[in-house]
Order: sequence, then C-alpha cells, then structure tokens
Amino acid sequence: MSILVIGLNHKTANVDIRERLAFNGQKLEDGLLGIHALPEVQEAALLSTCNRVEIYASVCSDKAAENQIKDFLATFHGIARSDFESSLYVHAEADGIRHIFRVGASLDSMVVGEPQILGQLKDTFDYALTRKTTGFILNRLMNKAISTSKRVRTETRIAENAVSISFAAVELARKIFIDLATKAVMLLGAGEMAELAARHLVTNGVRNIRIANRTYERCCELAQEFCGLPVPFDDYLNQMAHIDILICSTGAPKYVLVKEQMQRIMRERRNRPVFIIDISVPRNIDPAINDLDNVYLYHVDDLQQVVDDNMLGRKIEADKAEIIIDEEVGKFTHWLDSLDTVPLILALRQKADEIKIEELEKFRHRCPHLDDATNEAVQYLVTAIVNKLIHNPTVTLKENAEDREMLAMAVKKLYKLNGYDD
Amino acid sequence: MLLMGTLLFEFALTCYFAAAIIGIADIVRNHKKASKLIVWITASGFFLHSAAIAYRYFAAGHVPITNMHESASFFSWCIALLYLMLHFRYRIGMLSSFIPPLIFLMMLAASLLPRQIKPLSPALQSSWLLIHTVFAFLGYAAFTVAFGVGIMYLLQEHYLKRRKLGGLFQRLPNIQVLDDINYRMISLGFPLLTLAIITGALWAEDAWGQYWRWDPKETWSLITWFIYAAVLHIRLVVGWRGRRAALLSILGFIAILFTFFGVNFLLKSVHSFV
Repeated sequence: MSILVIGLNHKTANVDIRERLAFNGQKLEDGLLGIHALPEVQEAALLSTCNRVEIYASVCSDKAAENQIKDFLATFHGIARSDFESSLYVHAEADGIRHIFRVGASLDSMVVGEPQILGQLKDTFDYALTRKTTGFILNRLMNKAISTSKRVRTETRIAENAVSISFAAVELARKIFIDLATKAVMLLGAGEMAELAARHLVTNGVRNIRIANRTYERCCELAQEFCGLPVPFDDYLNQMAHIDILICSTGAPKYVLVKEQMQRIMRERRNRPVFIIDISVPRNIDPAINDLDNVYLYHVDDLQQVVDDNMLGRKIEADKAEIIIDEEVGKFTHWLDSLDTVPLILALRQKADEIKIEELEKFRHRCPHLDDATNEAVQYLVTAIVNKLIHNPTVTLKENAEDREMLAMAVKKLYKLNGYDD
Repeated sequence: MLLMGTLLFEFALTCYFAAAIIGIADIVRNHKKASKLIVWITASGFFLHSAAIAYRYFAAGHVPITNMHESASFFSWCIALLYLMLHFRYRIGMLSSFIPPLIFLMMLAASLLPRQIKPLSPALQSSWLLIHTVFAFLGYAAFTVAFGVGIMYLLQEHYLKRRKLGGLFQRLPNIQVLDDINYRMISLGFPLLTLAIITGALWAEDAWGQYWRWDPKETWSLITWFIYAAVLHIRLVVGWRGRRAALLSILGFIAILFTFFGVNFLLKSVHSFV
C-alpha cells in the first residue's frame, strides 16, 4: 500500500504542456473515473488548476501504477508519452505524502503562502468523494493535508504580510485608518499600478473614489470602472481637504504637491490623517511632506522595500513550515504502515502452527502406542482443520476492504496477537 | 479578617505582577496566546483585588480609600477595571502589553505604603468620602489608560513615519483607533475629574468651612484639570489630534502623578491623608 503522486506544475512544465494535460469540465470526471478504473489504482483524486495538474492515488505497486497512469494520460489527452514525460514529477510513499502536504500548505505555490490552493485541494477531494473514487486512505490523507495546512498557518507567519505593492498599500492604509469603507480615495493621474492599488482598496471596502486625470476621457473611463467620481484635474488641491488616501502618478516632471500646500490642506482637514502613495518616477510629491503630523507619505520604492522584506520573511517562515510538515508526514506514514496486514497474517499463521504442534505433542504423549501411519493421518487431519479455520480470515485481511483496519483490530484481539508488532 | 484581606491583596499583586511581566515579555517575544492569558490573569487579579477591598471595608468599617496605601490600591483597581472593559470592547491584543504594567506599578506602590487601619479622622467621616474618591480615581484611571494608549500611538506613528514595518508595527493596531481611544479616555476622565474637584470643594466647605483655600492638592488638581481641558479644547477647536494629543496626554499623566504622590510627599497639604 503506497501513496503515489504524479503531476506537473508551473515549475516543471510550460503553459503549453499544462494546457494540453489539463482536465477541464467533463474531462475532469472522465479522467478521474478513468484513472480510478486502472487495475493498479485503488483510490484516486485529480487536481487541475491553471498552475498544476496532479493525480493522487493509493496504489499497490508504485512502478506498475505509475506506468499505467502515464499511459492513461497519453491516450486520454492524445499526446505521445515522450512529449510530456520529462515535465512530470513522480513522488511515491513518504515523498508523495510530503508533496500533498506541501501543496496544501502553499509551500509549492508560485507565490508561497497564497491561500487559494488549499481551497482547490479541498474541492479536488470533495469532488472525488462524490464520484466515490477515494477510500479511507485518501480521505484521511486529505483531512491530514488540511489540518497540516492549518497548523502551518497558525504556527508560522507564512501567510502574513503583503507580497505585492498594491497589497502593501492596502495593509498600510489599514494601519492608519479604522474603517476603510468611510474613507475617500483620489487617483491623481492614472497609471497601471495606481489602478491596481485602487482596485485593491475597493475590494477592501473603499467606496468613495475620485479620479483626476489630464485627459478627461480616460478619467471618465476609470470613474465608470470604479463607480467613482471624475473631478477636473486642476481642482485636485481643493479636493484634497476631503481625501484620505491619495494615489499619485501624474508623470509630471516636478512636484505637484509641496509642503506649504499640504500644511494649508491639513489645517482645512483639521489634521485628520492622510495617506499619500506616490507611484510616480520622478517623485510627484515633495518628500518633506512626510514631516508633517498626520501625513503619511510612501513612495513606490518604500512599498517595494516592504514587499522585498516580506518575501524574505516568508522564506524564513517556509523553513519552519517544512519542519512541521516533516512531523506530519512521519505521523501519516506510521499510520499507513500500521495498516499493512502482512505481519498480522504471519503472526496469525504462526500462532495457529504453535497451537497445532503443541496439541499434537500432547496427543502423542497420551497415545504412545499408535503406529506411524495413524500418527501421520492425525497430523494431516489437524493441519487441514487449522488451515481451513484460518483460511478465510487470511484472505479477508489480504483484501483491501473498507473495514480492513477494523478487521485487523478484531483479529488482533480475538487471537490475542498483541505481541506481534514487528 | 484582616489577615484574609492582606492575603487577598498579595494574591492580587502577584497576578498583576505576572500579567505585567508576560505583557512586557510579549513585546519582545510574541506569542499568539499571550494577550488572552494576560486578560485572564488580570481578571483573576481584579476579582481577588475586589475581594480584598471588600474585606478591608468590613474590617475598617468605612470606605477603604482614606490613606495612601488604600488610595493607590483603589487607583490600581480602577485601571484594571478600565483595561478589562477596553479589552472586551476593542480586542486589541497589544493593550495587554502596555496597560497591565501600569496596573502593577500602582499596586506595587500600594504594597510599599504603610497599611495599618487607623481610626478615621473627623474630617473624613462624611458621605462625601465615597463620592469624591470614586470620581477622582476613576478619572485618574481613565487618564492613565489614555497615557498608555498615547505611548502606543507614538510608537506606531514612529514606525509609520520611519517606515519600520517590522513585527511590533504589524501587531499594533491602526493609529486612528489608538487616537480614538486616547480621546475617549480623556473625555471620560475630564468630567470625572471636574466632578471630583467640585465634590472636593463642597466637602471642604462642609469640613473646613471654606470651598477653596489654594491648598497644594487643590492647586495641582486645578493644574491637571487645565492641562486636560486644554487637550480637549485644542482638539475640538483647532483639530490637534494624533501625536500632539498623545504628547499632551503624557504631560497630563505626569501632572496626575505629581498631584497624587508629589503633593503628599513633597509639599505640605491639609489633604495629606491622601
């Protein structure tokens, strides 16, 4: 019994291969059922996202199953095996378990720590559950992947701190203002990055957006997109009294806002805090403005610095996460090993043999006058009875039934095989 | 009876000490559960402390806010009360690192001051005692919390301005909520202090026959009152908030410490029982 993972992701395969091997729509169901029907595969689940395609299976023999699955992928997608085989990774046993745990904990993601992957993994297993392609091994593995991911999230800071400039801007805004929903944002000039920052602010609750741009058409266009209010560009200084967050990217060659102007604005605002993000190069906002009370000025370079630091932080946290994952993989492998019934069957057989030999010995002592032929007949009879008695339990234990774990426990108890542990 | 009260007091002191130590340690080495633990320890301390004050009330036969030990103890009790209320209202984990040390320090001061119960001097035998002291110390406690939150504000503002966005910055709440709590605490403390001064004057007329005698205690209370009046006035009229408001609340707290401790130990005051 082993866990097998076969897959490809953004690191091993280019977009072309990923697209050709993706399981979308109806293909997902057909593919999943097809893989589950392979003779070597006992349980299967299938994950297909834009960044990765992965097959999780519980199998008897890694090598044989690997071969069958690869052949299946080739025929199912109509691609020659040689075209995609080099992009695949195969992890078996403990490595397979570790891979699934790492995927769930978002350590294998393009942006380490991003939270979507766990949801996608959950969906994958939920879907497999409805198609009845998973059994108690993969179901347990799934639960462990989720709980491991939660452990990683609570015990490390892997998912904290923004790793993009626009997110960093939102996080800073949150450290300045109580409630973003009541704050007003102004876009002064509209670059791509300014738009992105504005979009993040909107998804985080900002409702009041004003846009000032030199070309009026672009201004209206953006206003429509954000349900905002277009304002004349030359009026921006008057607007500032009502603006809590200013995102500036005008591309002007000189400062559009200097300290004296800001001082006046702050008096008018009665010192309510202002967050100013200057995305322009060269700077559009006089850096000296940051010296004023209740004004917080961040240039895009400052934000980039924040992001770089956070990225570094995530790498450090990822190392802590790997330790947690090692621990959980150990626990799961141990559980999987305990399922193995071969030692139990051997113990059962040994016990039966011991009883048989003991009883035959006693019989010979009690009846020493019997001739060899009779003795042999008795031995034959006893052996036949013992074998018949343990035949069914042995076969049942060998089968991979749903309740095998329970049966193994029962056999252990009924035959007092506690000491058999290898 | 008195022994029991002393024991309860010591237990409460121990709880506050533990909460303060964990709180300060948590600034340096953050642990997710620390702030919850601090709240529970402080709540236990607060419970024991309340019992200690109740015991002392029965042992002495009058409101136990009549000397420096009792007053400092009651001061500390009021801060603990406000801290617990604030915690359940705002759920700001970092409050647990900044307020419990103040509770503990005030309680420590109480534990170092002479504790014996003396017969009540005639001037204090009045129903004004309860009203005047409760107003005064609840007001002081509100200003103390404003001081703690003001420190938090200055720290967070420093991080934002200097772009030091490290661990402590991440854990401190947004500066606007800190400014807001600071303002609320001062707006709570100010009317209480006003009432304490008015009831004090009425009581003085009752006991000594004069409303106001420019006793050092009275003078310093008035100075404190003017500082906080200025904080509120400038905020409402000119819109001074944030850093300047936080700095002023620190100045006000220093004035309170002097009114409370300094006047009694350094200056000669008719009010020197407290």
